[in-house]
Amino acid sequence: MSHDRFPSPFDVEAPEGIEGWEELYPYSVTFGEQRREYEGNRFWFWDSMHWGTAMTPFDSTFFELAIASLSQMNSRHYRIPPADGIDFRVLYGYAYLSPVGVDPEKIEARVPQFVERAGFYFQNWDRLYDEWLGKVRSCIEDLEGLDFSALPEMEDLSVITDGVGLGSGYRLQEEYRRFKDLILRVWNYHFEFLNLGYAAYLDFFGFCKEAFPTIPDLGIAKMVAGVEVDLFRPNEELKLLAHKAIELGIADLFATPSTVAANLDSPAGQEWQAAYDTAADPWFNFTSGNGFYHFDKTWRDHPEIPYAFIHDYITKIQEGADISRPIEAIRAERDRVVSEYRDLLASDEDRAAFDGKLGLARTVFPYVENHNFYIEHWTMSVVWRKVKELGAVFAKEGLMSADDDIMFLRRDEIDEVLWDYYSNWAVNSPTASADYWAPKIARRREIHRRLSEWSPPKALGEPPEVVTEPFTIMLWGITSDSVKTWLGSEEDEGGLSGMSASPGVVEGRARLVFSPDDVGDLEDGEILVAPITAPSWAPVFPKIQACVTDIGGMMSHAAIVCREYGVPAVTGTGFGTSDIKTGMLIRVDGSSGKVTIVEE
Amino acid sequence: MCEACPILDWAEALPTVASFTSRKVTDTMNDFIIWFDRYDHEQKPLVGGKNSSLGEMMMAELPVPPGFAITIDAYQLLWFDRALVDEVNGLLRNIDHDNAVANRVTADRIRAAIEAAPMPEIVAEEVTTAYDELCEHCDTADVPVAVRSSATAEDQPDASFAGQQDTYLWVRGTDDLLTSVQRCWSSLFTDRAIAYRHQMGYLHQGISMSVGVQKMVDPKASGVAFTLNPTNGDRSQVAIDASWGLGEAVVSGEVTPDNFLVDKVIHEIVLREISDKHIEYRLGDDGVVHKGDVEPERRKIACVTDDELKAIAVLARRAEKHYGTPQDVEWAIDRHLRSGSNVVMLQSRPETVWSQKKRDSVVSRHSDPMASIVSTLVAPLHTRET
Repeated sequence: MSHDRFPSPFDVEAPEGIEGWEELYPYSVTFGEQRREYEGNRFWFWDSMHWGTAMTPFDSTFFELAIASLSQMNSRHYRIPPADGIDFRVLYGYAYLSPVGVDPEKIEARVPQFVERAGFYFQNWDRLYDEWLGKVRSCIEDLEGLDFSALPEMEDLSVITDGVGLGSGYRLQEEYRRFKDLILRVWNYHFEFLNLGYAAYLDFFGFCKEAFPTIPDLGIAKMVAGVEVDLFRPNEELKLLAHKAIELGIADLFATPSTVAANLDSPAGQEWQAAYDTAADPWFNFTSGNGFYHFDKTWRDHPEIPYAFIHDYITKIQEGADISRPIEAIRAERDRVVSEYRDLLASDEDRAAFDGKLGLARTVFPYVENHNFYIEHWTMSVVWRKVKELGAVFAKEGLMSADDDIMFLRRDEIDEVLWDYYSNWAVNSPTASADYWAPKIARRREIHRRLSEWSPPKALGEPPEVVTEPFTIMLWGITSDSVKTWLGSEEDEGGLSGMSASPGVVEGRARLVFSPDDVGDLEDGEILVAPITAPSWAPVFPKIQACVTDIGGMMSHAAIVCREYGVPAVTGTGFGTSDIKTGMLIRVDGSSGKVTIVEE
Repeated sequence: MCEACPILDWAEALPTVASFTSRKVTDTMNDFIIWFDRYDHEQKPLVGGKNSSLGEMMMAELPVPPGFAITIDAYQLLWFDRALVDEVNGLLRNIDHDNAVANRVTADRIRAAIEAAPMPEIVAEEVTTAYDELCEHCDTADVPVAVRSSATAEDQPDASFAGQQDTYLWVRGTDDLLTSVQRCWSSLFTDRAIAYRHQMGYLHQGISMSVGVQKMVDPKASGVAFTLNPTNGDRSQVAIDASWGLGEAVVSGEVTPDNFLVDKVIHEIVLREISDKHIEYRLGDDGVVHKGDVEPERRKIACVTDDELKAIAVLARRAEKHYGTPQDVEWAIDRHLRSGSNVVMLQSRPETVWSQKKRDSVVSRHSDPMASIVSTLVAPLHTRET
């Protein structure tokens, strides 16, 4: 079966029983008549890497914020010569992206602008990155400090004696406005360095590929990869806590993760708890998902998750395994790889260029590796905690019927609820929200449930001859070849193909994992097959033999973690979770990027 | 060479070779064996060119099949046999350089005389002891060996032409070994070698002969390795061709080998193409090489494991570093050597195709760092590939 295009966004058959779904999302992000010609003539791909399931109205906020921020850096800040933004739409609850190129005639004019602007960042990278860390930490502090408490029966006397003149109703609305500002601010920051970081990495990558046309991508990644990376810290902290539990003689407690917290009263338990608390802030602001969904669980709010991982590590230590990460050996190996490739270059001239490009790639790479912890994990953990706090106030104050009803409101609708709450608090009169929203939210829950069960198309519209947008290629792993595979023109070979993200060949039983909650089902020696994996799944990597994902490029979070743990991985297969079933015997070749079903 | 040997005008005047008898066996000369893995450069004059290159490969941690050299002293000791010297000199006097046919007969008689002479006892003892040690090392009784001549000449760089280079393969047992050693010695007196020395004005006794004894490889699989990717000249890769058994099947074109590409640095197997390998050459129990069909279950699977591929790549890269230029390496995986040290190198010579070409710097297109980043963004890599 072979096609040359994907269905038009206007021809995709709607899932059943979802009438009225459009109102779950802002009109600016749904496909519609207003932009039919523009939208119908573009190529759109489903970003299942970040938004693998249907978004609730509130969750879709971060889709919009993230992609608008990414786009703005390309188009308005750094003037990436060939690439403006990435357009984004929601179709039946799912996130679709479409790279926007620059008119070829205008590319030339942007070059000097790009050179000046990006050049400034490259030259001042370390200082700017230090400042960035400060900016993000201050956003996190501000978010944590937001006061979403319920409105009081009576204002505090100090409001009078200080002559404040403003009440709690104003405060609550102001805090929500600040919340909206802070989340946009932090998503702007997310992309302040990322696109430039990728550009510098791609430049080194391209140089290596020209010097050594057959060099494996992994060889290049190994030269650039950081040795001590913040993204791995949460996992390292787990190991330290496992050792500590053994030292303190309380290792047995962890056999039942759910009861650990209740049994830490002893002096040893208290000492361990203190160590845990130190590690937990900030390192366990770590989501078991990817940070984009309100239902993702963070370690800090669900300590049974880290407890279970700590139990696994305790078992390994007691079996005599060395679970430490050999920093010096990793550093020495990286130095060896660099010096050997360097020796193989054609000339000293090339070696000088190699040194320069590697130097820049290594300067930018800590940001590429670490931003994910600071934004997706740490900041978003705080963001979701605060939204849930507000949702709980709404429920407690009788504006909503359940704590998580708020997730079924668009961010602008929350303003309306806050106004209803405030104004009737002011008047001391009944609010309208409960009765107004109850049927709507019931309906939205139903629609969302149906959307979640639907399988969206991989892509929409006519693909370009060549995919050229650099970030689409690097981050999403979408190339002309992968698009062809999706179209089914290269299916004859049998099996699946994707990115050779981490080398090695293994055969084993597949285990499909669709949500972070299923991660615990994985048994020793199985092969993890998932739409995408999250860095916080790292502790299961010692258990699994290999990993297959539907989407993701060489630099996707999954690929980075798989390489770190030496687990063979094929990412961006497109159809892994639809073609493979739990229990099948599959062969994963992380070197050639092929996945074969050996026995159904 | 031996200071005690006066240089006689042998080639012209054909005097006696009595000079050999004046040579004294001293204390330092009672060791006629030099193991390849204990070789050092100073021993080169004692073992000849071919043997010294095997020793050098061992020194560079390029594992050639195990074995030893029988030094030129052993050869020279042979000429302490007065009867042999007289017989050979008598025959040499009959040489008429214009009569090729007659000379062939004479040369054959000289060779026969050398081969019939009793091997000096002390040499025979040492060679026998060394061979026993080799058998023990390989866990095989009467281990098959290759016996090769390795000629040496005092001042002549072309010693290899001055002496016929004989090689005897699949030699098993002490008797066969001693016979083959003597044949190697006698190969200095083929009609061509005699004529060549005459033509060049070299003295017969100016050339000497060392003999190499090396375990015959009984390969599970064998093949070649290039220290670059022959399709694009990429120096970061090792290209490996491999097939079951001995190399003959591939050399003769009867079998398409498995083809692999292994990264030199991170040793990732970048490419694997497995062929249908229906034939293999193997050593039979009778000590003879046989051609045979490969069983169906082995035909379409890789004939080398990933670990072996990595070991071959490491070896090839080491050879390249040692010789300072891309290499074309013959290797084999010996079934009688222990796993982990069973990959051996048979030969390494300079690669000639890509090494001759000028290597362009990549940097000419990337001189300015920002311009390079712009071109990376404007023309992503995969759109540039041809």
